[in-house]
Formats: sequence, structure tokens, C-alpha cells
Amino acid sequence: MIAAALIAILVGMALLLIRAFIGPTLYDRVLAVNSFGTKTVLALGLLGFVMKRPEFLDIALTYALINFISTIAILKFFRYRSFQVPLVRRPGGSSNG
Amino acid sequence: MADLLNQLADIWEVVRFPLGAAFCLAGALLCMVGTVGVLRFPDVYTRLHAASITDTSGAGLVLLGMALIAPGWLVIAKVIAIGLFLFLTSPTACHALANAAHTAGVQPVIGRVGQAQDAEGDA
Repeated sequence: MIAAALIAILVGMALLLIRAFIGPTLYDRVLAVNSFGTKTVLALGLLGFVMKRPEFLDIALTYALINFISTIAILKFFRYRSFQVPLVRRPGGSSNG
Repeated sequence: MADLLNQLADIWEVVRFPLGAAFCLAGALLCMVGTVGVLRFPDVYTRLHAASITDTSGAGLVLLGMALIAPGWLVIAKVIAIGLFLFLTSPTACHALANAAHTAGVQPVIGRVGQAQDAEGDA
């Protein structure tokens, strides 16, 4: 039954790859990759339980950290076209700053 | 009283594996439903809604199932750490994504379902 859950998550990851390839805008692709990363975390944990080696959860934890940071970094890069910009609200800017 | 507690512990040891596996399967199916939403919804914001909601709740269900079938306290602690982190970062990433799309001027598709293509053409 855990293997069935793992297969279901893998099918979901394959479907998300379709959206990442055909996504009309950039944000569709980033959204698909972010969701793919979350599902990768779940798949790693379930794989550890299927293989009776729950130490895989360490890798899943690390992947969750990296996934969040990479999503924020990609969004920042595509907004400023550079990593050399501080992530602060500009003074006097709009509410979307 | 102690006998009753021991009996309950024995029953729990038997029950928790199918219960955890059922939670894992339910969460995985929820994730797949969200993926279908990501594939079929018309614009970025609705896709974001489908992906973010099902990522948070489906991941929560899968992690709850994993905590139920975990063999020891250390594994349960790791699962709780992953769950806490996903619960903090998944909505944050969703908000950052929506904010970036809105700032970049991506327009949502407005209109009835049949006329969605026309509205997209206007925008």
C-alpha cells in the first residue's frame, strides 16, 4: 500500500513535468518545479519506508530546504536579472514593492 | 488497568501499519488530484491555488501516515521536522510566486468558461 502511494506520487511528478515543459509563462514553470520538489520530498520519504531504510528522511529534509531556497532564488533572479540585489522593499514604492 | 493498557498497546501495534498506509495512500491521491488541477486550470493563479493547497494538505497526510508507521522516535522526530518545514515554506513560496507573477503583470483569465480564450486574447 505504501508502494501504491509511492507510485501515485511518481505519476503526479510525471504529470507535473508536462506542465513544466509546456507552461506558457515562466511562472507556470517555476510553479511546476516547486511542486515537483515537494513531491520529491514525499517520494524520498516513502521510498525509505518501502526499502525499510528510514534514513532516507535525512535526504528528504535536505531536499526540502534546498527546494525552498532555490524557488526563492529563481524568482529573485527573474525579477532583478541579478543576484546582487538586496531583497528589501524599496522606500516609497508601491504596495507590491 | 495495566492489563487493559497492555492490550490497547498491542492493538495499536497491529492497527497503526494499515492506518498509516491508508493515510499515505490518501495523501498521494490528493497530490495527484492537485497535479491534474495544475494541468487543466486556465491561468497561473488558479494553477497556483491547486498546486499549493494540495501540496500542503497532501504532504501533511503523507507525513502523518509516515509518522504512524515509523519504527522509532528519531524517525518520528525527522518526519515532524519535515512537516513543520513544509508547512512553513510551502505557503511562503506560493505567496512569493503569486507576488512575482502579479508584479510582472501576468493577467488572470476573467470570464465564463466558454469565453475564457477570448478574455485571454484581450489581455
